[in-house]
Amino acid sequence: MKYDVIIGLEVHAQLQTRTKIFCGCATDFTPDAPNIRTCPVCLGLPGALPVLNKRAFEMAVKAAMGLRCQIAHFTKWDRKQYFYPDLPKGYQISQYDLPFSHSGLMEIPADPEVAGAEGLTRKVRIIRAHLEDDAGKNVHDESGRGSESQVDLNRAGTPLVEIVTEPDLRSPKEARMLLEEIRLLLLYLGVSDCNMQEGNLRCDANINLHLHHDSGITTKTPIVEIKNLNSFRFLEQACEYEVSRQLKTYGHLEEIADRTKRTFGYDPQRGVTIEQRSKEEAADYRYFPDPDLVPVIVTADQIQLWQADLPERPQDRRQRYQTQLGLSPYDAGVIIEQGRAFADFFEQIVTHGAEPKQASNWITQEIQRILNERKCSIGEFPVSAELVGTILKKVSDKQLTLKAAREALDALVSYSEENTVSHETLEKVIQERGLAIVQNDELLLNIIQQVIQKNPKPVADYLGGKQAAAGSLLGQVMREARGADPQLVKSLVTKALDALKSGNS
Amino acid sequence: MTLEAGGSLKTGSGTGTSSLGSLFKALNSGTTTSRQIVESCLNAIDKRDGSIGAFLHIDRERALQAAEASDLRRSTGEVRGPLDGLPISIKDAICEAGQPATCASRILKGYVSPYSATVIDRLNAAGAIPLGRVNLDEFAMGSSSENSAYQLTHNPWDLTRTPGGSSSGSAASVAARMVPGSLGSDTGGSIRQPASLCGVVGLKPTYGRVSRYGLVAFASSLEQIGPFSLDVFGAAALLQTIAGHDPHDSTCVNTPTEDYLQTLDTPLTDLRIGVPKEYFGEGLDPEVQKIVEEALAVYASRGAKLIPVELPHSKYSVATYYIIAPSEASSNLARFDGIHYGYRSPNFADLESLYAASRGEGFGSEVKRRIMLGTYALSAGYADKYYVKALQIRRLIRQDFDAAFQQCDVIAGPVTPTPAFKLGELADDPLAMYLSDIYTIAANLAGIPAISIPAGWTASGLPVGLQLQGPVFTESRLLRAARMLEIDRPWIDRLPPVAGG
Ligand SMILES: [Zn+2]
Repeated sequence: MKYDVIIGLEVHAQLQTRTKIFCGCATDFTPDAPNIRTCPVCLGLPGALPVLNKRAFEMAVKAAMGLRCQIAHFTKWDRKQYFYPDLPKGYQISQYDLPFSHSGLMEIPADPEVAGAEGLTRKVRIIRAHLEDDAGKNVHDESGRGSESQVDLNRAGTPLVEIVTEPDLRSPKEARMLLEEIRLLLLYLGVSDCNMQEGNLRCDANINLHLHHDSGITTKTPIVEIKNLNSFRFLEQACEYEVSRQLKTYGHLEEIADRTKRTFGYDPQRGVTIEQRSKEEAADYRYFPDPDLVPVIVTADQIQLWQADLPERPQDRRQRYQTQLGLSPYDAGVIIEQGRAFADFFEQIVTHGAEPKQASNWITQEIQRILNERKCSIGEFPVSAELVGTILKKVSDKQLTLKAAREALDALVSYSEENTVSHETLEKVIQERGLAIVQNDELLLNIIQQVIQKNPKPVADYLGGKQAAAGSLLGQVMREARGADPQLVKSLVTKALDALKSGNS
Repeated sequence: MTLEAGGSLKTGSGTGTSSLGSLFKALNSGTTTSRQIVESCLNAIDKRDGSIGAFLHIDRERALQAAEASDLRRSTGEVRGPLDGLPISIKDAICEAGQPATCASRILKGYVSPYSATVIDRLNAAGAIPLGRVNLDEFAMGSSSENSAYQLTHNPWDLTRTPGGSSSGSAASVAARMVPGSLGSDTGGSIRQPASLCGVVGLKPTYGRVSRYGLVAFASSLEQIGPFSLDVFGAAALLQTIAGHDPHDSTCVNTPTEDYLQTLDTPLTDLRIGVPKEYFGEGLDPEVQKIVEEALAVYASRGAKLIPVELPHSKYSVATYYIIAPSEASSNLARFDGIHYGYRSPNFADLESLYAASRGEGFGSEVKRRIMLGTYALSAGYADKYYVKALQIRRLIRQDFDAAFQQCDVIAGPVTPTPAFKLGELADDPLAMYLSDIYTIAANLAGIPAISIPAGWTASGLPVGLQLQGPVFTESRLLRAARMLEIDRPWIDRLPPVAGG
């Protein structure tokens, strides 16, 4: 029996605003004391009112534009109502029927394991992205006896953007790849730190199967929502488990009577999904417009300004590195995955004269090696991209060999521990260590003439037909002319010897 | 300032306090001090509140200290404005840092607000002295004080009768001459109805004119904080102090406030008064009708034109209101869950029963009735039939007013269908109680300002108010129109029996 896997995601990302979405409390609650980043508004005290943080809205718009969504000219806020201890107001401020953005698109390479998908691009439609406030955190025992339950509201009121996709994904791997691509996008846009361990990026997966029975009948299994997946691996594993579970449960059924959507959680320890809420308890959130907030009106001019300000998407960069800079898809991908600062550094190296392929090799090998050794990020790399570019330009200009260039870079890095490194430092390093390829042909010709005169034996051997005899002459010239281009030396020595040969005959 | 505020100054005497206007003049002329005024208010409270039941909490020391600070400012010429040194009672739903804010509910028993409402900050900045937290119907839901979890408030004109509600304590504390002014809130008439039944001035501002930050929310899209005062001057001075943009309230508009005091004594010429026939129909007590018509005759004698207008959708006001207000209330009151603050029932076994027991025991029956109404009206499958439909009718009611104000400057009529009813009379008939708001609710639905001013007294000595409604942001016009009646037929010197009248 053949079957299709149908997956859609709901991704929640915390926006990295300085303050919360509806009050002035700081969002960086690194200090561990609970409830210290709170005020009457995010505590939901009687009488307190929310006021929209414009930065949060702008960041959310940025994220939506990155997802190629349409930005609504009119958007409003709705209350999503339910009781939970981490929800001090008894409702979440969210967006129901008029989200600030809709109709976007993301692209990932299709999973080659999916039949007929090899080499294709998977287009994943984004239904909407909307903005809402996050809840706090509960630490409570299952019995619900208040004595052992605690609530920390530091996180309550942090801005969250929720991204909802169409069920366009066709395998657990594609689900993972999409989440990875969304994470990369949000990082490049600078709107979220996407720290999954902290729960700053998390997702729910909606998954079911279309079973194509041998009889020709197609049945659809009930949709299962797997809640709160906070790692790429768990997302993929949970979906894989769910595919097998649904196959086992429904694979033999040509008719499925009850197709009510169900909610599951994922237990990574046991690697299984577990039903959380039965359909009887399906929540009615009683959405209605929040009367404490005013709708947001966005003009076409404003949208244009934001659009002009939008950083390049990682996907577009990856494409550009291939088409414009001639990198392989693999190399382009490796650089992009390292993050925006890394990719920026790469581009600056190229801007300062490095050949792109060479720059790509260097940043992923030499520079990455140094970063690993020094346990630092690209932002802390001691040599500027401009200097690295200059070094690599000297390689393309045949002023440095690759080996000498490596030595120069290492020298600059160690020099940087006590001094600032500049162009002067680079020149000094090249000169002191004699790294430069000797460019002056006349000087080189003199050295060759001297070596020929000092070595009559190998010369005679060569002239007598022993080609190999040129080797020892070549070695001597290279020793004398440190840093000379071996190819050039070889051709000049051969030329000089051949001149002797023709002069003798 | 050349103000002709009515009323005589009787501080320290058995009659308690006087109007804000006359106290302001007395302070300016040095014939009294803020400390004397506050002391006379405290004395009056001691003497009378046992029978009135307006106050839930009084912080005497703080009030006396504030009075002394005000007197010191006055002695060094640093007076902050017309309210400096004058005591104001505060409805117990408006938060004050360090003071209880119970909303007359069991669920907030013992709750002390850690922060102040914007209006309180503004009163303090103006040198006014918040003096005491006054009673209300629980969470401002009610029209009689009978829904307070703590006490009944009695009408100073007849202690067997209601002072109205929900700002029961505000109206009664002013009417009984225990304080010269008060802040209340008006969601469907909760300032105007008690003002009318107690014979004082009460103003509901335009929606968005006054910050709601720190007012414990009942129905956010309908309510406004507003002043009570014995005189129109006091209402103007209080509004002047509390009105204006507040960055903490998104619905508080950023249009400049007018100087309400500057124009107060200038009568309006060629005033066109719209008289809706819908306000003079079935259910209106004949004595109330007569008193209101006499007040209109006063305006006519001052050159105003009385113009018949129509408000065809006003008959739907009560029904519309009792969908929208409970819907918002059901959501606004969700935060009282027994988890974070306020009352937590000891009778629970798990999280769900903790919620159920805390809310079940903490809320009174009217609050629970409205939470259930609102929850139902917002439920899946019903929201379109009820909530969404109510919003549509709300728009029609607004349009009625827009059309009517094409023909007139203000709309006049009664505030309530009857004078103050007996306590207990409607307690078991919520529908009849709801209908007592029939003339006041539309202004909240439309967001327009409205004022209630004493128009006269019934034969049995119960006050009856006149309601004036204007287009949005015409508070200045309403105050001037009210002042015209006050000049013509001053009411300040008519004292309730409890104050020696
Ligand atoms: Zn806060």
